[in-house]
Amino acid sequence: MSKYLKSITLAFAVFAITGPAFAEKFGLGRPALLAEVAAWDWDINALGEGLPSGSGDALVGEEIFAEKCAACHGDFAEGIDNWPKLAGGADTLDHENPLKTVGSYWPHLTTAYDYIKRSMPYGNAGSLTDDEVYAIVAYILYSNNLIDDDFLLSDDNFMEFEMPNKAGFVVDDRAEAEYVIWSGAPCMEYCKDSVEITMRALVLDVTPDLDVAPEAVTPVSVVAEVPEPEAAAIDLELAAAGEKVFKKCKSCHQVGERAKNKSGPILNGVVHHAAGSVDGFKYSKAMKAVAEGGLIWTEYELAAFLTKPKAYLKGTKMSFTGLRNEADKLAVIEYLKTFAN
Amino acid sequence: MSKIETSKQSRRAFLSGAAAVGAGAMASGEALAQTADPLITQPQEWAQGFGDGVDATSYGLPSQYEGDVIRRNVEWLTADQISSINFTPIHALDGTITPQGCAFERHHSGAIDLSKSDYRLMINGLVDTPLVFTYDDLERFPRENHVYFCECAANTGMEWAGAQLNGAQFTHGMIHNMEYTGVPLRLLLEEAGYDTAGKWVFVEGADASSNGRSIPMDKALDDVLVAFKANGEALRKEHGYPVRLVVPGWEGNMWIKWIRRIEVTNFPVESREETSKYTDTLENGVSRKWTWAMDAKSVVTSPSPQAPIKHGKGPLVITGLAWSGNGAIKRVDVSKDGGKTWETARLAKPGEKMALTRFYLDIDWDGSEMLLQSRAIDETGYVQPTKTQLRDVRGLNSIYHNNCIQTWWVRESGEAENVEVS
Repeated sequence: MSKYLKSITLAFAVFAITGPAFAEKFGLGRPALLAEVAAWDWDINALGEGLPSGSGDALVGEEIFAEKCAACHGDFAEGIDNWPKLAGGADTLDHENPLKTVGSYWPHLTTAYDYIKRSMPYGNAGSLTDDEVYAIVAYILYSNNLIDDDFLLSDDNFMEFEMPNKAGFVVDDRAEAEYVIWSGAPCMEYCKDSVEITMRALVLDVTPDLDVAPEAVTPVSVVAEVPEPEAAAIDLELAAAGEKVFKKCKSCHQVGERAKNKSGPILNGVVHHAAGSVDGFKYSKAMKAVAEGGLIWTEYELAAFLTKPKAYLKGTKMSFTGLRNEADKLAVIEYLKTFAN
Repeated sequence: MSKIETSKQSRRAFLSGAAAVGAGAMASGEALAQTADPLITQPQEWAQGFGDGVDATSYGLPSQYEGDVIRRNVEWLTADQISSINFTPIHALDGTITPQGCAFERHHSGAIDLSKSDYRLMINGLVDTPLVFTYDDLERFPRENHVYFCECAANTGMEWAGAQLNGAQFTHGMIHNMEYTGVPLRLLLEEAGYDTAGKWVFVEGADASSNGRSIPMDKALDDVLVAFKANGEALRKEHGYPVRLVVPGWEGNMWIKWIRRIEVTNFPVESREETSKYTDTLENGVSRKWTWAMDAKSVVTSPSPQAPIKHGKGPLVITGLAWSGNGAIKRVDVSKDGGKTWETARLAKPGEKMALTRFYLDIDWDGSEMLLQSRAIDETGYVQPTKTQLRDVRGLNSIYHNNCIQTWWVRESGEAENVEVS
């Protein structure tokens, strides 16, 4: 109670000096403990307030990034599919399709630290140590050609780093730039001489199909009835070569016992199996269509797909450009054969 | 089956008969019925037996005949469905209140399950006493009721470069409008004894994205609500159950869901969502930041691509929605000829501040093509711009805050398409 009275007194003191009054208090809630505030108050503002002590460089960052970030953002922070691209795009902001990345667009480096620490990695937010975050931020800067790979980023030098687009922002100026123009009595008749249609949405044809309510869609059968092929001997030497080729696939695809769907499906047992049949993976419409058509990933079909995925199956989500080398294709298929479903 | 066909045939006969007689005679349609309607003359099952008893559905759902009035997403927009958005079926709704069950969702890390008993709200930073509130604490503060729209800053964002998505749901469906019950944020700040030198509050959600935005103190003290009910019932999980922030008139990203922390600060955090996203890049490469208010905007919801005219010529209700983040809608004009001439529509009710306003234009359609547009005017005198006007100022790369006048090309068949006009 005495605390309550004290705060009232304090409030009136403030009122006397600065104006706004604190109204009557309700005595609701309880004081937050220091440990509680520390557990939740992680944000770091553009002045660097809240930056923890620590350090990391791009060399360390590259390893952490490959393990925890590359599945979505790509090995080189270039972004996979629709996942955010973190590198590149320098000097594109006034182009027709600007590439807005941490390097080309973000005005404050603190934002990268703040966001990665609080919200990343996607699906395991807040799990990185302070040093790991410094290392990842360093790797992103390195991927944008903004620092060397051995530059040690730390709380000591963090605020000295100036982002390329720091000066690229203005505070909302719509009142002056727009509101003054778009006001007053609008035209009611004879507003233009002629009206022509200049663009049609149906020509572009990117609107989702509306014929079937989502609830009514029958899920694609998980595993089609496919006769198991005769178990053929696996060429282990060739498979070992394929393991190296598979590095190119790893940022999106996993194999082995603990494999999970990433931006690409698990590839265990894919050879000689029905296309589009991995449980829990969201396939493109194009892949669903060929799966329903009964496509089986024979070695021949897989090789054809891997040569140039987008040409083999227009509309596939697989953004990989393709394996041009015949030996690489045979090797990676042989490697995949070593993983049973 | 034959019953239905008979019914369809008589309807066709009705329409063609009407066409022959001319629109003028349609006022007394009953004279044109050629055959008796079996739905009237034959006994129907529903008129003889029982319907469902009470409690057949302990929480009611829409009629089975309304199964297509649902949220829909556009898969190619986002990398996955966890950090994604869908769209309110505004083409099929009327009035202004959006039912929670079909109100658009936007998550950055999925819609989480957070119970009232596990819920905590912290106020810290520049305050006399950092406080923690439980859900029950919040219900003991004096509360208010207000209807507000919540529009994603990216609503209509896919239309900058051209007419792209064919339906009002997709072009304008990142919006909903609900009656919120909640506590003014001002009361919570006062309870903690906020430092009047603090110019900002940083607000943060409890989900894994910990979506955080900086809000100027003036706005925080003005009309921001810490809300726990919408349309009379608890918020839905996808809208931030049990507690979300309501920031009237301002972009939806600031309406933090599952709000867990409010920090009084001297400076904005400049978080990801207020620098790399939700900033508007102009043609010269410079970007506007802190573009919080959603400018006046409107759209004809019917007829529209997903709501074609099915009844032929004659009486036609043209209807739509208008809103402004800068105040109340004063007037809505409708053009049927792509903006050559305009007439003022009827507002269902006088516009309310930062809430959707329903407009109607009741016409006698002659069956000819229309290029339908609507144009909102708010109480500040702001007139909704054309796409050309917007592009002249901003170019094509703004992504956010596209409040241009929309055009539907309604064909003689009654079908409609999203188009751009000169």
